[in-house]
Amino acid sequence: MKAARYPWRKFKDRLMQLVMGGCAMLVIAPLGLVFFHLVKSGISAVNWQFFTHLPKPVGEAGGGMANAIIGSLVLLGEAALLGVPVGVLGGVYLSEYGSNRLNFWIRFSADILNGVPSIIWGIVVYALVVIPMKGFSALAGGLVLGLMMIPLIMRTTEEVLILVPNCYREAGTALGISQWRVVVQIVMRTALRGTVTGILLALARMAGETAPLLFTAFGNRFWTHDLTNPIAALPLQIFTYAISPYDDWHRQAWAGALVLLLMVTAVNVGVRVLTRDRMTEDP
Amino acid sequence: MTTATIEKSVPRKRLAINSPAITAPAASRLEALTPSDWALDVRDLSVYFGTNRVLKDVSLQVRNRSVTAIIGPSGCGKSTFLRAMNRMHDLVPEARVTGAVRLFGSSIYGPEADAVAVRRRVGMVFQKSNPFPTLSIVDNVKVGPRLGGVRQRSVLDERAERSLRLAALWDEVKDRLNAPAVSLSGGQQQRLCIARALAVEPEVLLMDEPASALDPIATARIEELILNLKKDLTIVIVTHNLQQAARISDYTAFFYLGELVEYDTTSKIFTGPARQKTEDYVTGRFG
Amino acid sequence: MNGTIALPGESKAAAARIGKWRLGDPLFKWLTLAMALVVVALIVIIGFVLFHWSALARHKFGWGFLVSSEWNPVEDRYGALPFIYGTLVSSFLALVIAVPLSLATALFLTELAPRWLRQPLTVLIELLAAVPSVILGLWGIFVMVPWLRMHLFPALRSAFGFLPLFKGPLYGVCMLAGGIIVAIMILPIITSVSREILRSVPNLQREAAYALGATRWEAIRVAVLSHARKGLFGAVILGLGRALGETMAVTMVIGNRPEIALSLFAPGYTMASVIANEFAEATTDVYLHALFEIGLVLLGVTLIVNALARILMNAMAGANVTRRA
Repeated sequence: MKAARYPWRKFKDRLMQLVMGGCAMLVIAPLGLVFFHLVKSGISAVNWQFFTHLPKPVGEAGGGMANAIIGSLVLLGEAALLGVPVGVLGGVYLSEYGSNRLNFWIRFSADILNGVPSIIWGIVVYALVVIPMKGFSALAGGLVLGLMMIPLIMRTTEEVLILVPNCYREAGTALGISQWRVVVQIVMRTALRGTVTGILLALARMAGETAPLLFTAFGNRFWTHDLTNPIAALPLQIFTYAISPYDDWHRQAWAGALVLLLMVTAVNVGVRVLTRDRMTEDP
Repeated sequence: MTTATIEKSVPRKRLAINSPAITAPAASRLEALTPSDWALDVRDLSVYFGTNRVLKDVSLQVRNRSVTAIIGPSGCGKSTFLRAMNRMHDLVPEARVTGAVRLFGSSIYGPEADAVAVRRRVGMVFQKSNPFPTLSIVDNVKVGPRLGGVRQRSVLDERAERSLRLAALWDEVKDRLNAPAVSLSGGQQQRLCIARALAVEPEVLLMDEPASALDPIATARIEELILNLKKDLTIVIVTHNLQQAARISDYTAFFYLGELVEYDTTSKIFTGPARQKTEDYVTGRFG
Repeated sequence: MNGTIALPGESKAAAARIGKWRLGDPLFKWLTLAMALVVVALIVIIGFVLFHWSALARHKFGWGFLVSSEWNPVEDRYGALPFIYGTLVSSFLALVIAVPLSLATALFLTELAPRWLRQPLTVLIELLAAVPSVILGLWGIFVMVPWLRMHLFPALRSAFGFLPLFKGPLYGVCMLAGGIIVAIMILPIITSVSREILRSVPNLQREAAYALGATRWEAIRVAVLSHARKGLFGAVILGLGRALGETMAVTMVIGNRPEIALSLFAPGYTMASVIANEFAEATTDVYLHALFEIGLVLLGVTLIVNALARILMNAMAGANVTRRA
């Protein structure tokens, strides 16, 4: 019986290995396809003008997304001003202080918040900021991205701080340094690279967020210097152009998507190269 | 006494067939042995992890239906040697094994040998008990035969009972066979792991410090069990406990820094070893 | 003599410093606590805002809002059923597609793939996770949907056309297209979370199976999958949470028609996409409040689903910790 079954078991083993390898290829196939089509359809419109000019009205070829690119950077800057301090300090609390019980609930809340659909963040900030201010604004857009960053950064910061060996803390305390300075000057400095990695990844993720900006930053075809005015953002512009009926705009959407994806990918690959020594794979 | 019920019906058909004549190496001091008495015949076995050579040209023969103890200080390659006997190193990508190991005459590293088939003939019990936590007590024991293709309920039940009896666990668990395996005590879990290994009906059982995590009473039960088991199969046990090796083994091999220093009957190793190094170790002067 | 003079001064300075530390430590601790509690406050605020801003719709339609399929801005009557249905169906389709693929990929990454392949594959999957939803939607509209309409859908219709699920005209944009795009969105998260969970299975368990003479696939089945099933279920539920809230990509390919149709080839609508599409044009207060109420329902569902996922995954981690201890 054993002898008769063994070839079948072996065959099944090989088969499952092949199937799983095939599934893995299938999972990363969309990435390759998206990149391929973005380059194919978008590369022709990515030129100097794209980075320096405002969008052209319908019917006029050319134009660029300069205001959307700058707008995205402005929004991310605002978001970082809010999300980084709150997220990092909250992460410090989770890793350095607190009772197990309280930290469980804070951590749980952060994880739950990470799962809140982005469109919901958008309408909540609409109700909290846009309506009282009587208009869409760059401030509202920065606020919504900043709020979404908080739980992300909080969790990654906590994770890297926990990795700092306890002996560093003890060494600092034994030198007679007060606890908060041990945390700031020893623990956080040791974990600086990991923290920055977490922040950059959070920013890269926010750079592609569209839904929360629909009713906050709203988008703008022109330059704006006033944070209380609506502001353009790259993903918003891509969305607007993608669902428009015009070929010129579609081309711009592809170009914008290519630029956005390259920026996001560059950050993602960049931080992995920078932190490669920590990414050693175990068997 | 639970161990009184050991059954002798375990089939041993594959034993000692087609062993080719291999001349006894000069290094072997086991004068009484002939090749047909060997369960395992190890020649020039080396194991590398990456470029690090952990085991160096070890040659020894393990006698059928006996207990062979492997002793030596930590890091001397005891476990590495043991895991080479059932090709567990295959699972570690950077590990490389050279030399030859014959199981009742057939090479286990040869081109026709298959690691999965080898492991069904050479069972293993680990240092830390590792029952499958999601399976019940009896399913833990049945899992091996099931993988081997046994489907009949009656056969499985019978096999499980026999293995649990062999492992001296039957009387303690017969009323709660379907309880989760993790509900057992540490010593019981380890005996369950022995029963699980026995249910596959191996010819050789490798034990990697099976009692190191147990209290003295549980250890004594395991030792008693080992002495009973050797009537039916060959046992190779790694231990850091010299008294244990002296109590239960027939032959003892002393490893040091990846080399086999001395291999002889246990009484010889503990009363009159040939090498100074061995004497130093067994008398507690280092290690 | 000098020493006796210097000593009080020194100790005073030291005392002052100690005093400062005593102030600095609690201040810093309370500051970080306040920041940490922001996340708790945010959950309360989000829930409150959605509840408050949906008052008109809740009072006007009551529980009937959830089971009515009328969506009529002209007469100001609203029911959320088509959107709830569309969200559930597209998420379910996404899970049907994504779960086997991601679990197989996670197993491949942890158990089977040659070592040199593991790291690059993992990075590629993380990059897929980083692709913004709107970009996937753009690709969906212009590449995926036309391909589906020309190739996959006709094939499905001719093979399974006898089922009501695969009947009807092919628009391209439809429930099935939405399900597929959501599946692509949630593949990376289920894969990477499952991978973490599989990696937490103790190696000793695998060795136990191999020592019994299991093949690799049998070791996966006996030792790995059974050990990790709770955590893997959590990973799937986490994926479901993401699928329910996915907005941009699905809005771009699902067709956005508030009707309940049995056919997967018919356009559908999800809760997230109706908010994205109609929020800016909500002309009456009731309309706006109805959209907020849809947001409230969506929040409720995703909170429950995410909480469940976390509980399952924590249970898995807890079990491991106790075993290790």
